[in-house]
Amino acid sequence: MLHGLVNSIDPYFLQILVNIGIGIILALGLNIITGLTGQLSLGHAAFMSVGAFTGALLTLKTGAPFSLNLFLSGLFTAAVAALIGWPILRLTGDYLAICTLGFAEIVKVIFLNLEITNKALGLTVPAPRSTLPMPVIVLMVVILTIGASTFIQNSRFGRALKAIRDDEIAAESMGINIARYKVQSFAVSAFMAGVGGCLYAHFLGYINPSDFGFLKSIDMLSMIVLGGLGSIPGAVFGASILSAAPEFLRFMSQYRMLVYGALLVFLMVFRPNGLLGGVNITALVLRKLGVRPRGTARKKEERR
Amino acid sequence: MFLQQLVNGIALGSTYALIALGYTMVYGIIALINFAHGEIFMVGAFIGLLMVGVFKFNIFLAMACAMIFCMVLGVVIEFIAYRPLRKSSRLSAFISAIGVSIFLSSLALMVFGANAKGFPDQAFSSRQIHIGDADISTLQLLIIGVSAALMIGLEFIVQKTKIGKAMRATSEDYNTAALMGINVNFVISFTFALGSALAAAGGVLVGMLFNAVSFNMGLMAGLKAFAAAVLGGIGSIPGAMLGGLLLGVTEVFGVAIGYSSYRDAIAFAILVLVLLVRPTGLLGRKVLTKV
Repeated sequence: MLHGLVNSIDPYFLQILVNIGIGIILALGLNIITGLTGQLSLGHAAFMSVGAFTGALLTLKTGAPFSLNLFLSGLFTAAVAALIGWPILRLTGDYLAICTLGFAEIVKVIFLNLEITNKALGLTVPAPRSTLPMPVIVLMVVILTIGASTFIQNSRFGRALKAIRDDEIAAESMGINIARYKVQSFAVSAFMAGVGGCLYAHFLGYINPSDFGFLKSIDMLSMIVLGGLGSIPGAVFGASILSAAPEFLRFMSQYRMLVYGALLVFLMVFRPNGLLGGVNITALVLRKLGVRPRGTARKKEERR
Repeated sequence: MFLQQLVNGIALGSTYALIALGYTMVYGIIALINFAHGEIFMVGAFIGLLMVGVFKFNIFLAMACAMIFCMVLGVVIEFIAYRPLRKSSRLSAFISAIGVSIFLSSLALMVFGANAKGFPDQAFSSRQIHIGDADISTLQLLIIGVSAALMIGLEFIVQKTKIGKAMRATSEDYNTAALMGINVNFVISFTFALGSALAAAGGVLVGMLFNAVSFNMGLMAGLKAFAAAVLGGIGSIPGAMLGGLLLGVTEVFGVAIGYSSYRDAIAFAILVLVLLVRPTGLLGRKVLTKV
């Protein structure tokens, strides 16, 4: 039945939808470390590629079901992130950003030289072993990711992360173990990026290490900044717009990237806090329903 | 062999240093990672090529034209894309810089096409000089010489002139400098102009060194120059020079001992390793956070 439903949708439209879905997963992943914890990562494409290659190799070499592959590639990516995060998360601000960028370039070059990732030729990924069609899997993972992000944001863990973002010294003096929380949020963030990468690999059917370069990391970052940093609806919204934008701008053919670049500048100049930055969706909906919101609206993002 | 690779490395490294200076000066003053800087370098290379190829200018004149053009470009970019965002979050300005960078590289792709273009042979007739067992081309010497002259010029402007003093004051403390009657907007524009001019000169030199100018040359060069600036300690001018030279030399030696397929990773591996030992770069000052 699900297959029939999926097949009834226009394949081109479906492809855009799946791209949006994967974009949302990646954006929400980056949102945890950059939006929630306030640590700028310019190398998230590396985690995406680790997840993509792990997932692809698991499908190629083992007979495990796809859902297990998805989970394992996320887990492996998280382990890699924890291993790297432990030394580099001591750095602050832009030094951390450039370190993640450098690390992403190193991962890319290593994958380009490894035998198991088929060097610069890339891997052809077979269809996932699953009874569910791909778009349905992506939709399910998107819902799970949104749920998990919301849960994390409102949990004790999420409040600790926000405290670190707002003031590290104050957070530390409140007894929050900064190093531990940073590494944990880095790992959670990488888990989502790895899962997103695994989905990406199986959806496209072909992956190449060069696909996961600096520009991919920047794509993800633009999504969450455009939507409004640290806001889950913002990340979903930004990911939807930016994943779909290249398709909607297709009619401009060669001017596409030109317009895309100009668009980024103008959106930032006119909405510096992102499209949904400083907008509290829950309060907005509650007010529409006639419920008085608790507490005051979120203050404007401070200059960091 | 050693001397040969050392000269190759210094020639490459001095072009990295020229670009890195623009990053580090802008960062020192408004704490912005100006990602469009790599594209200014690319535009500079194209302007230089245009001047030599179409108008048959002498290479030095072409370089001067490229520098002047990019000065204006840098100031315009700052005015349109960064100035309105000066009071908002730093990430917004960063994304704006990325927008500018995408815009410029796709503009160059449309105007000049996707193929890499080389400088015509008469642009600079290079000769080989034999020193010991090393073959050093006059082009490499030109690159090292021009870079050194520009860096000395920059050091003079920053240390000895009034505007240089204003730049140092603004980078020390933006608000206090404004209170002391320094026109900070002018200082910031001037910094962008200075950095862009150096990047343009670097672009022309790199275009001649590899004999290739293409629309996407700005990305990797920009990333490596940024790595150089951070390696030296971002915000520090001597740091950017040191970082650039160090990255260039290690990269060339890494390739020479047989890691050519890891070429792009070498610079970043050095960067990560140095940052782990010295978290604020080689010459960076440790900033104490006050509560």
